[in-house]
Amino acid sequence: MKFRRLTMAAAAALLSVLFFLAANAQAQTTLRIGLAEDPDILDPTLARTYVGRIVFSALCDKLFDIDEKLNIVPQLALGYDSSADGKEMTIKLRPNVKFHDGEPLDAEAAKYSIERHMTMPGSFRKSELASVDHVEVLDPLTIKLVLKTRYAPLIAQLTDRAGMMVSPKAAKAAGDKFGLHPVCAGPYKFVERVQQDRIVFEKFADYWNKDNVFVDKIVYLPIVDSTVRLANLKSGSLDLIERLLATDIKDVRADANLVLSTAPDIGYYGLTINIGNDKSKGPLSQSEKVRQALDLSIDREAINQVVFNGEFTPGNQWVSPTHPYYQKAFPLRPRDVEKAKALLKEAGVKTPVSVDYMVPKGTEYEAVAQVVQAMAAEAGFDIKIRVVEFATTFKEAQSGNFQVFQINWSGRIDPDGNSYIFLHSGAPQNDGGYSNPEADRLMEDGRLTSDPAQRKAIYEKMTGIILNDEPIIYIFHRTLLIAHTSKLEGYRPMPDGLVRVVGLKLK
Amino acid sequence: MLNFLARRIVQLVPTLVFVSILIFSLQHLLPGDPALVMAGEERDPAVIEQIRKQYHLDRTIPVQYAYWVANVLSGDLGESLRIKVPVLDLIAQKLPVTLQLAAMAIVIALLIGIPAGIISAVKKGTAWDYGANLFALWGISTPNFWLGIMLIFLFSIKLGWLPASGFVPPSENLRASLASTIMPAFVLGNAIAAILMRHTRSAMLQVLESDYVRTARAKGLSERSVILKHAMRNALTPVITLGALELGTLLSGAVLTEQIFSVPGFGKLIVDAVFNRDYAVVQGVVLVTATVYITLNLIADVAYILVNPRLRG
Repeated sequence: MKFRRLTMAAAAALLSVLFFLAANAQAQTTLRIGLAEDPDILDPTLARTYVGRIVFSALCDKLFDIDEKLNIVPQLALGYDSSADGKEMTIKLRPNVKFHDGEPLDAEAAKYSIERHMTMPGSFRKSELASVDHVEVLDPLTIKLVLKTRYAPLIAQLTDRAGMMVSPKAAKAAGDKFGLHPVCAGPYKFVERVQQDRIVFEKFADYWNKDNVFVDKIVYLPIVDSTVRLANLKSGSLDLIERLLATDIKDVRADANLVLSTAPDIGYYGLTINIGNDKSKGPLSQSEKVRQALDLSIDREAINQVVFNGEFTPGNQWVSPTHPYYQKAFPLRPRDVEKAKALLKEAGVKTPVSVDYMVPKGTEYEAVAQVVQAMAAEAGFDIKIRVVEFATTFKEAQSGNFQVFQINWSGRIDPDGNSYIFLHSGAPQNDGGYSNPEADRLMEDGRLTSDPAQRKAIYEKMTGIILNDEPIIYIFHRTLLIAHTSKLEGYRPMPDGLVRVVGLKLK
Repeated sequence: MLNFLARRIVQLVPTLVFVSILIFSLQHLLPGDPALVMAGEERDPAVIEQIRKQYHLDRTIPVQYAYWVANVLSGDLGESLRIKVPVLDLIAQKLPVTLQLAAMAIVIALLIGIPAGIISAVKKGTAWDYGANLFALWGISTPNFWLGIMLIFLFSIKLGWLPASGFVPPSENLRASLASTIMPAFVLGNAIAAILMRHTRSAMLQVLESDYVRTARAKGLSERSVILKHAMRNALTPVITLGALELGTLLSGAVLTEQIFSVPGFGKLIVDAVFNRDYAVVQGVVLVTATVYITLNLIADVAYILVNPRLRG
């Protein structure tokens, strides 16, 4: 009896503790965003992660931005003019813009920011601004970028971190520690950061577009596990989460308190094939017919259905079918196992063709690899999946230690950003060692040409070459999946997946 | 005594040197290239070269080790390659979080494990005993990550009582702090509670059969005072020692639990650092942990000497 009493008392005590802790409700004055990772340093010059860009979009405005349809629109700049030879770009700045420390954003400050990106030791922006020779101040609100050569993608670079303006006063004082307390010209200013826990911003009272900023405070919370991230959203501890898993879509749609927001991604998911660096000289590296056979063995729509609930977009080029630079002359080819077998025969290779297939660790990555493995087996490929931890894949790829490398590229808005660095001879991410002088020339022309119609014609020729040589087999384009509570209004899905906070309201 | 202390402290030096070499070499056995990892998606060759130079990654490993040791000796553990925050600051920020979690976990383990052990020993062979044993088996065999997710599902999503993840420092809001740590602390404490319960049970069974307990009963003492006043005291001594030993388990268990509940503690710090190849953080954290561990050992040795004069040489 006594023990029963004791147990009851213990249970009652435990329950009262739970009640005491319960109902720890927070007031809804703050927008809480769940991130998939902890961002790296918050200095636009030194930052390198995708997740960091999400945070920057509330903190640091850029010279230009993009809209939902990937058009380049003004932000801190009012517009630009290109000289006839394309080697000079004059940028007019928005008047009366202030940094978070009250310093004015004028031409001198813009010049300083761009030069900081170009020259600071350890800058990740150097290559993005490599075409710029120097910056001139024309008048207090006008700068001129003088280029070494014509470079069509430059304006697109200025829609991202390379176009972010930092307060010269704060940046000079802080040096390489600027990212610990960044001072920019965005809608929100930095308050505090606890590593791996939270980043807190508050509304900037002197923001140039302050009439459209409605939320007082933003807290970014990195929560790595996607299940826990979603759990937090459902329980009301978060208002918005990025990178929802495709497998959780049904769950979100079924919940009346949640809203699913989707946008086509600007990146691609593909199989990089080792052509020039394969030490074992496997059949895939020796003949484009073998690569074409692998391509034909893959049913892209089936992968989309099986792994992604049909939410993603099958593709065959480095930009998705909805992108302005997608080449409609080269549509998706359906799966054709018989033709794949015939191509293997033509190439004279012994089947099954053994393939060392490297894939980064991760549920979705591995699921795609398994489906590809099963499909390719029917055409005569013996795919041996090698799962490698993400950080190690870079080294393995660069050392040529793979025959197929399944990767996801987050994408850049200009088609050059999705092609040149992967396909041009000797380019930094051309891990497969692909080299075709004709393709090289077309990619260089693409950089020199700013007229959209001419550029599209250049990329059309290039698409023909790439789809024949198959250095990368493009499989699909992700859909950016963001879920938020129905209390959040005004959210606009953007093709770069970054959360634009201007215009957001919390009911 | 002073002699002994001096000798033990001198002995520490080679141990620490060995540990530091071990940390450094193990770290370099990790696959992958830290410069490539840090260079981000673009992998700009100029940036990679700059990173190699800045962090001496272009030098041989012994030279890199020499650089590191020289800095450590001057009290500088370096700064995180990823976020440019001094490693010492990060450790100072994260350690209290994990200590709070560990302390709560131990309290929970003691509160559950010891009563359960006593009950099952006293009620040996009854439903109480089987129930407690079942609980112990469950506690030991339930994986942390599964239990964590189940708790989140129940208390955060279904009932909405507790925040699903995150951490609030007690100085900011004690109630919110407890609310944010009770689930991870329970997950951590649960496994230890099970171990404690088993040990308490066997120790109690042994004590309950001893002569002095029979004498106490023969004196006509109430069962309650026999168990709580006489038997339990003796049975608990080895259990408390065990509980202290389990503190080490707690710190390592925190690695996984902190990841699930996004608690920004020591465990999460080191896991994220390993994945990001943030060498300075990994080295610093492991070195500090090793030093603390070795120092605790030293203190224990000294304490033995103080308690037991026969050991004084």
